[in-house]
Amino acid sequence: MLVSILNGFAIGFLLFILAVGLSLVFGMMDVLNLAHGALFLGGAYVGATLAGSWGGFLGALAIAAVGGLVGGVLLSLMTEPLRKRSHLDQALLTLGVALIAAELLIIAFGDDPLSAAAPPGLDGSVSVLGAVYPTYRLLIIVIGAVLALAVYLVVDRTRVGALVRATVADREMVATLGIDNRLVKGAVFAVGSVLATVAGVLGGPIYGARPGLDATVLILALVVVVIGGLGSVRGALVGALVIGQIDTVGRVLLPDFASFVLFGALALVLVLRPQGLFGTRAVAR
Amino acid sequence: MTAVESSVAPVETVRRRGYGRWISVAVLVVLAAAPLFLAPFATTTLSRVLVFALFAVSLDLLVGVTGLPSLGHAAYFGSGAYAAGWVSINVTAEAPVPLLAGLGVGALAAALTGWITARSAGVFFLMLTLAIGEIVGQVANTWESVTGGANGLTGVPAVRIAGTPLANAGYAHWYVLAVFAIGFALVWVVARSPFGDALRGIRDNEPRMRALGYSTSYYKYAVFVLAGGVAGMAGSLLAAQQRLVSTADAGFLISSLMLLAVVIGGAGSLWGAVLGAALVVIVRDALGPTFDGHGPLVLGIVFVAVVYLLPRGAAGLLRRRSG
Repeated sequence: MLVSILNGFAIGFLLFILAVGLSLVFGMMDVLNLAHGALFLGGAYVGATLAGSWGGFLGALAIAAVGGLVGGVLLSLMTEPLRKRSHLDQALLTLGVALIAAELLIIAFGDDPLSAAAPPGLDGSVSVLGAVYPTYRLLIIVIGAVLALAVYLVVDRTRVGALVRATVADREMVATLGIDNRLVKGAVFAVGSVLATVAGVLGGPIYGARPGLDATVLILALVVVVIGGLGSVRGALVGALVIGQIDTVGRVLLPDFASFVLFGALALVLVLRPQGLFGTRAVAR
Repeated sequence: MTAVESSVAPVETVRRRGYGRWISVAVLVVLAAAPLFLAPFATTTLSRVLVFALFAVSLDLLVGVTGLPSLGHAAYFGSGAYAAGWVSINVTAEAPVPLLAGLGVGALAAALTGWITARSAGVFFLMLTLAIGEIVGQVANTWESVTGGANGLTGVPAVRIAGTPLANAGYAHWYVLAVFAIGFALVWVVARSPFGDALRGIRDNEPRMRALGYSTSYYKYAVFVLAGGVAGMAGSLLAAQQRLVSTADAGFLISSLMLLAVVIGGAGSLWGAVLGAALVVIVRDALGPTFDGHGPLVLGIVFVAVVYLLPRGAAGLLRRRSG
């Protein structure tokens, strides 16, 4: 049980890194980025190809970060002309981009699932409160917690963060103050995408890299965002940790029906709090 | 936005009075005669197009008529396909039984999940249907005793009519065509009915419909269940035509491709959905091999192009309420 709970935290923090960008981009700009899962998969493939040594692992992280930056800026530019149209068009555009990206990844890396090795020294196990636990997953928990804290502090305590929060709350008002929306959007898009690709590299040793993984993680991230509430960093964190626990503990307790448990949690939250746990805007609009 | 919002309406008015009926009859006759002059492989492709066309029509009832862009509609298509396949293997393949099983299970699955989605709209509806669709897809993957898991549900027998199995591609095509015609007519009648008018009212201005006293979430729930049932019918056709149901048939990719079909065809036009489905299926299945198996890549590019170049088609998807 302890192992499952720790696994839940590892998955949960990973999901937070993945979901927070999705949540902020959607909360700020009404862009539902359906290519977010493809960014994660891109990172996972890079990690699976290069990792196995420390140089490879850090190199993969660097490449993924640059790739995420470029991808985020591109997506921001691509959705810009659709700004005047419905935000649904932007979701459909990113869906098309996701299809293209998934196929390009298959062309580049093949159809077969790849597994990624943890860097040397982290591929063993340690004893945690009497249970044997993989070192790498423990590291994920630490990295995830540090990144979560960092994102939280930046958004909650800095001037840049204040700007981000203000844009989530009232985009038009921020624009009225003379701050260029497109820059804010591009920056948040880029940071969110970098976090997604980095999460892909970090998650490689847990999830591997295979066709279809992009959709799976996208759904998990969406559920996190819906449960946590849109555009809320705290919501993304709590949502991710809750989903991480449900996904792993649910799998142990009810192996056949873990998916139903996930759906049940989503349903329960939406019935009790349609705007999500920490959301300020109603889901039904 | 009013000009854009009404872009779907004139097409329908013209079609209601014009030669639409005669064109429909002519198309049905050509489709019925197809096995007589097409090679079996081409007939099979045509049947496959009709299966997905019925799926697209049921999706268009949600997307185009009601303004609810679903990205998880394959969940109900897949549920219907599994139910029909399972019934055919374990109970009977006698004609109406697998069809009714598919319809019933598709509607049931939509009834069980729709009460969450019916309370949302726009991108939130998209998000929730995406999540629910994927969860149902995962259930198909893990519930191996019924669905066959990753191997799929194999060995589905041919549909039988009065004891005679429709093993021949031509007979199977006629069965698919007959059910397609019934399903299409059902959706067409619903879309033309006062109920359909209420749905279009919800699409164009939901708050106003609510102010007029319509219980809009009840309407949205009802149409969601109905569309799920028709998708289940299409699923039962898939099981009959393909004689195999795999997890891919219930997954995210099918949902997104069919949404693409509806968008290409022009949301709100049922014939458009049929043509869109034909285009998507042919590109994926027939042209796919010439693109080295990367049909989805071509479709992704088409998707991006459609969003940029056909704003009206995409605008029919969602009537903007505010910024």
